[in-house]
Amino acid sequence: MDPIIILHAGLATGTVLLFATIGELITERAGILNLGLEGMMLIGAMAGFSTSLATNNPWLGLVVAMLAGGALSMAHGLVTIHFQADQVVSGLSLTFLGTGIAMVFGEGLTGQNPPTIPVIDIPGLASIPWVGPVFFENHSVLVYVGYLLIPAAWYFIHKTRPGMHLRAIGEKPEAADTMGVNVYRLRYFYVFVGGCLAGLAGATISLAVSPGWYSVQTTSGQGWIAIGLVIFAQWDPLRAAVGSYLFGALRRGILDLQGPPTLFGLTNPLYVNSNWGFFLQMTPYILTILALVLGARAAAKKRIGAPAALGVPYIRGERGL
Amino acid sequence: MTNAVEMQNVTVRFPGVLANDQVNLTLKQGEIHALLGENGAGKSTLMNVLAGLYKQSSGTLKVHGQPVSFNSPKDAIAQGIGMIHQHFMLVPTQTVTENILLGLDDPGFALNLPRYDQKVLDLQAQFGLHVDPAAKIWQLSVGEQQRVEILKVLYRGADILIMDEPTAVLAPQEIDELMNTMRSMVALGKSIIFISHKLHEVTAVADKVTVLRKGVVTAEGISAKGLTPAKLAQLMVGREVVFSVKKKAQEPGDVVLSVNDIHAENNKGVPALRGLSLDVRSGEILGIAGVTGNGQSELAEVITGLRSCTGRVIINDEEIANRPPIRAIESGVGHIPEDRSKVGTAPNLSITRNTIMKSYRHEPIGNGWTINFVKARQEARQLKDKYAILAPSVKTPARNLSGGNLQKVILAREISTRPKLLVAMQPTRGLDVGAIEAVQTLLLEQREAGAAILLISEELEELLSLSDRIAVISHGKIMGVMPVEEADVNKIGLMMVGSETVNN
Repeated sequence: MDPIIILHAGLATGTVLLFATIGELITERAGILNLGLEGMMLIGAMAGFSTSLATNNPWLGLVVAMLAGGALSMAHGLVTIHFQADQVVSGLSLTFLGTGIAMVFGEGLTGQNPPTIPVIDIPGLASIPWVGPVFFENHSVLVYVGYLLIPAAWYFIHKTRPGMHLRAIGEKPEAADTMGVNVYRLRYFYVFVGGCLAGLAGATISLAVSPGWYSVQTTSGQGWIAIGLVIFAQWDPLRAAVGSYLFGALRRGILDLQGPPTLFGLTNPLYVNSNWGFFLQMTPYILTILALVLGARAAAKKRIGAPAALGVPYIRGERGL
Repeated sequence: MTNAVEMQNVTVRFPGVLANDQVNLTLKQGEIHALLGENGAGKSTLMNVLAGLYKQSSGTLKVHGQPVSFNSPKDAIAQGIGMIHQHFMLVPTQTVTENILLGLDDPGFALNLPRYDQKVLDLQAQFGLHVDPAAKIWQLSVGEQQRVEILKVLYRGADILIMDEPTAVLAPQEIDELMNTMRSMVALGKSIIFISHKLHEVTAVADKVTVLRKGVVTAEGISAKGLTPAKLAQLMVGREVVFSVKKKAQEPGDVVLSVNDIHAENNKGVPALRGLSLDVRSGEILGIAGVTGNGQSELAEVITGLRSCTGRVIINDEEIANRPPIRAIESGVGHIPEDRSKVGTAPNLSITRNTIMKSYRHEPIGNGWTINFVKARQEARQLKDKYAILAPSVKTPARNLSGGNLQKVILAREISTRPKLLVAMQPTRGLDVGAIEAVQTLLLEQREAGAAILLISEELEELLSLSDRIAVISHGKIMGVMPVEEADVNKIGLMMVGSETVNN
């Protein structure tokens, strides 16, 4: 029950959620809801793992994982952007499709040990007391990539021209269209970006945070948590980071609670009867639901919240007739 | 003088519809050219072709004498053509400057908004169009939003501006400001195509007029000088239009609606009605005049049971206030709501389903358990014929109807229940002359049939020609009530700003 260990491990676990949440956030900012996150993450986890196994190159594994997630997301893009089908149904189907493909091609990967993404210290920063051991020591390279992604995503969305177009196509696509912004192409692109980040999130599990392939247990529903986190974060990368790391620490803290025979001098019921642990493991999912409810209420009060055109297919000329 | 735009034999076909048939239009450099026509005449379609949003099926476009072909709005913008859309094409959550920069290549990657705020301010000074560049669109008034739309096209260096019904959403003072802006833009060398169906605006501001009727040009580039509204209306509608419908003299009957000292809040929780009282009698139209946002919407909602209040609302001796809307419906209240496409109709449902939304509860259409759709369609077809609703069939979804036809669907539904009280909120707003005439005639018919009518409108002329008495509302109170014979525009105007009280 060392807080430094829990926070340290929470950042690592949270990095998975961070990649997935920011990817989904960007896709949703473009006006497309992709509920296939879990499927894309599994595909990414499997593709990254098997590539690293085959080539002994975990970096190549990351690239393939991102492309695999991105490729799967294009199925969603085709169905929802080109054919303007219901985004919820398509996203849910994508989860089944991704899970199925990952299970078939992941057959036999369990128990293998491919090279993983290296763990490094950040020179200088690691020696800061308290902060160093939690944030900058003994972490996978991907955790540091996550740190960089947060401000980068925020800056991109709020302070750049492409980010402005991203916000416009999710809020009022017809306004962007009449000003010569190609809504269809950009929506495809940001669905792809979201897919790539989901693939990266998957590979972050299988090649860095908890290396290995455990079939559907590899992601164990983290894709769904990430979808909840997007709402909790109110489509803002900074809040997404807070939520991701918080949930990461929570997942890790739950594991740690079951370890010691005594807690604060009392017998640890979780140690004596491991069945209690099942209930404890439900907490992240219960908290996800709570975050959804509270997030929705907070968003309703302020003028922020879901992009206005989220989930609505864009059809040019529909209004003109 | 060269021609800024020449459109020759432009034909636009949509599945099942011929929207524009061999249309010619010539816009000279430095002129304001009005494009006139009823709703659904194909004005917006034609202009969307010129703005690069739609592609013509046949015909040619020339800009400054050069033949052009547009595949996207970007191509049209590159030729200096900018369109100010009727439904504002603005992103509500973004700032004025962001909306202006949308779709441009400059800024490069980083936005650096303060620098561009300054450029926008410079442009504003040039044309006298002032609005805070750092404000978010949702914080702006409708008139300010329209200025952003104009700035958007001016920023792109457009010298040909298409304005699609720019006055439809504006208050009278804002319309005057807009017309001044248009004149100053033309003085600076811009050319403007101005879509409208308000005839007096056309004669006030335009140099030339082209009229469309059902996709065909009925007058091409005629001079606006000396044109009368009657002549224009005839070109638009294809027949003589009655400008002021005739009201028969009749004595009002008993009090049908009695509203006593009501208080209510608006959607933001701010008091909107503060001790309002009024009576409406059978066979009488009581007109409510006032500047928008002085409690008119809330008044209509309180009477129809859609908003809670304190005070008493009595319809035919029955207390209606704070009861579910069904009570109002059953005591004979018909409601023509302000927002016809969201509140008045269900856009995705057919005309049939929209017309039976009140009658389905009773025989012959419903028995409380199932709906007899054979009867429902019969009824809908009868209403469609009786009220001259233009639509391919009764299966057509309401969202595909033009404003006038949509309003007729609502009127058909509400009137066919034989209301004792009709609450009509802005019943003719945004409609063309033909549809306005039809709606006004229907209201007068109901008056003659003995219904009490509460008519809430911003059009003073409409109130003066239809009402028996006029009440002026300001800050949620009735400032005074007067018989229409004693009413004049000045008196009402003064009361609208809350300065004079006249007792009835």
